[in-house]
Amino acid sequence: MKDIILQLSLRSIRIHFLRSVLAALGIVIGVVAISSMGMMGANMTLSVTEELSKMANIVVITAASGSGGGPGGAVGGFGGGSDEKISEEEFQDIQKIAEKYGLVYVVYRESDRIKVGDREGRSTIYGLDEDVMRRIFTLSDGAFPKSTASVIVGPTLAERYELKVGSRIKIGDEDEGVTTTVKVVGILEERGMSNDINSDMAIIGSEKLFTGIYGNEGEYNQVNLILNDINDSQKARTEILEKMNRKKTRVNVQDSSRMLESITSTLGTMTTFVMAIAGISLLVAATSIFNVMMMSVTERVREIGIMRSIGAQKSEIRRMFLYESIVLGVVGASIGAVLSLGIGWIVVLAMVGSTDYFFLPESLLYIPFAMLVGIAVCVLSGVYPAWRAADLDPVEALRAE
Amino acid sequence: MPGDAIIELCGVTKVYPLPAGDVVALDRVSMTIGNGEFVAIMGPSGSGKTTLLNQLGCLDRPTSGDLFINDRNTREMNDRELTSLRLNTIGYIFQRFNLLPLLSAYENVEFPYLMKHRRPDSSGRVGELLAQVGIDRTMATHKPPELSGGQQQRVAIARALVNDPQILLCDEPTGNLDSVTGQQIMEMLTDLNRKGRTIVIVTHDPGVARYAQRIITVRDGRVA
Repeated sequence: MKDIILQLSLRSIRIHFLRSVLAALGIVIGVVAISSMGMMGANMTLSVTEELSKMANIVVITAASGSGGGPGGAVGGFGGGSDEKISEEEFQDIQKIAEKYGLVYVVYRESDRIKVGDREGRSTIYGLDEDVMRRIFTLSDGAFPKSTASVIVGPTLAERYELKVGSRIKIGDEDEGVTTTVKVVGILEERGMSNDINSDMAIIGSEKLFTGIYGNEGEYNQVNLILNDINDSQKARTEILEKMNRKKTRVNVQDSSRMLESITSTLGTMTTFVMAIAGISLLVAATSIFNVMMMSVTERVREIGIMRSIGAQKSEIRRMFLYESIVLGVVGASIGAVLSLGIGWIVVLAMVGSTDYFFLPESLLYIPFAMLVGIAVCVLSGVYPAWRAADLDPVEALRAE
Repeated sequence: MPGDAIIELCGVTKVYPLPAGDVVALDRVSMTIGNGEFVAIMGPSGSGKTTLLNQLGCLDRPTSGDLFINDRNTREMNDRELTSLRLNTIGYIFQRFNLLPLLSAYENVEFPYLMKHRRPDSSGRVGELLAQVGIDRTMATHKPPELSGGQQQRVAIARALVNDPQILLCDEPTGNLDSVTGQQIMEMLTDLNRKGRTIVIVTHDPGVARYAQRIITVRDGRVA
């Protein structure tokens, strides 16, 4: 059906083109601001979540202080640098409980002096089962160790000491006269922040190499559990704590899910806050639309009187002005949506540093969301002027010049 | 109430409350207009002619008294019903033509049709009416400001007739026209009356009033 009321609205917009464009521009800016901020927050959350999720499937079990584990001497590294160790017997118990959830393995860890050529420094040395190494690490160069004299190193350490495959490292204090020379056979890919093994600045060798240098065989700094299903995190944690600490507190269990939840929640709050600030621009736009609609009503009082006198219902007058504000809203929001793709992309690139997640639904969702908010703001801004127009007295309206 | 009365006013009073004091525009007006009559309402400026016409056209409600149209008391009607009455039973022709400036001549005539039927005119009635009042197809595409006063009034007459109303209310229909065009418009209205339409015309031009079968004079808000 030919909607003459819509035609009247469109023609009114057309004859006041500049005014309408300026009103719609407010909506364009508002939609771009809200969607860009929303997308920035979403991209930031997605980026951080993925980074943290890499370690969210890891449960770290350390000995509780005073638990009576073996003698220590370990320092540094995640796990609080506790001197307490997990015994072989405790590890066996943990394995029995946790092996259904994923891979359980032990970690030897020590911090020691190292020397590469003339350069000296400190590094964390890890002792791991060779099969475990293959499962949890990825190499950027070389191969995994096959002998007790060979090690793999983290990329940051390799860069700092200019280590390559074939380089040699002296581990231990020369002043004390006890050093072990190992050969670098592989360099790890960057792993980033992690709560199980901070491998980027570490030397990783076999268990035999580690116990050969430091002794303490069967006394582990930590036991790690890599979950098959990230959702088991809480369950595994609870079960290990319940069963291991039944008689006395023997172990502590740390999982990353709570930290992840907390960070995600903080980022969510931040995104909402930033979007609310961006939303202020829509309030300004709403004022502009309201003003344009009121001007339109004032200018068309006589027209309203004519329409009412020849049989147009109040609802049709209301519809005419609401159409006008809806058209301004839809056009403004659509242009805003298209611009949001470009401007949002730039904002995300500048603020997050990566647009890897830009085209994911979680990010793009903010465009239709901002459009809906923009259109809703327009419609709400048009309600009062439309109601006022419909309520005009036809006789008074016909008298208007 | 006469059986053939189409409009009946019983003690209709219209008071405009103003800060300086109430103005009584119509004072207990009672009268009857028969179906098919051609009535002219005359009187000096400010006598209440247009107020009376607005009452007859259901554009305004009386402060007191009753107005019957087709035996229905308009006092008992809500705004929606009054608007429907204006759409279906009454055609209005104004001195200032009052065409919608954003619509073409054709669309202006089609507007009340669309309001009533909720669909475009496929029967050709709009075109026919425009042809009857002397507006050709090219002229029908023009917007009101592009037409002369006479042409605009012809379009307004076509618009008033499009829903085939029983009553035509005309407020100084020739007031803004030259004498030749005014005469043509009056002949058109006379012809419509001959075909059975009730016509009520407000004028202070005796030359126009002579076309009417009956003249009602209004003075100080009262029917003389």
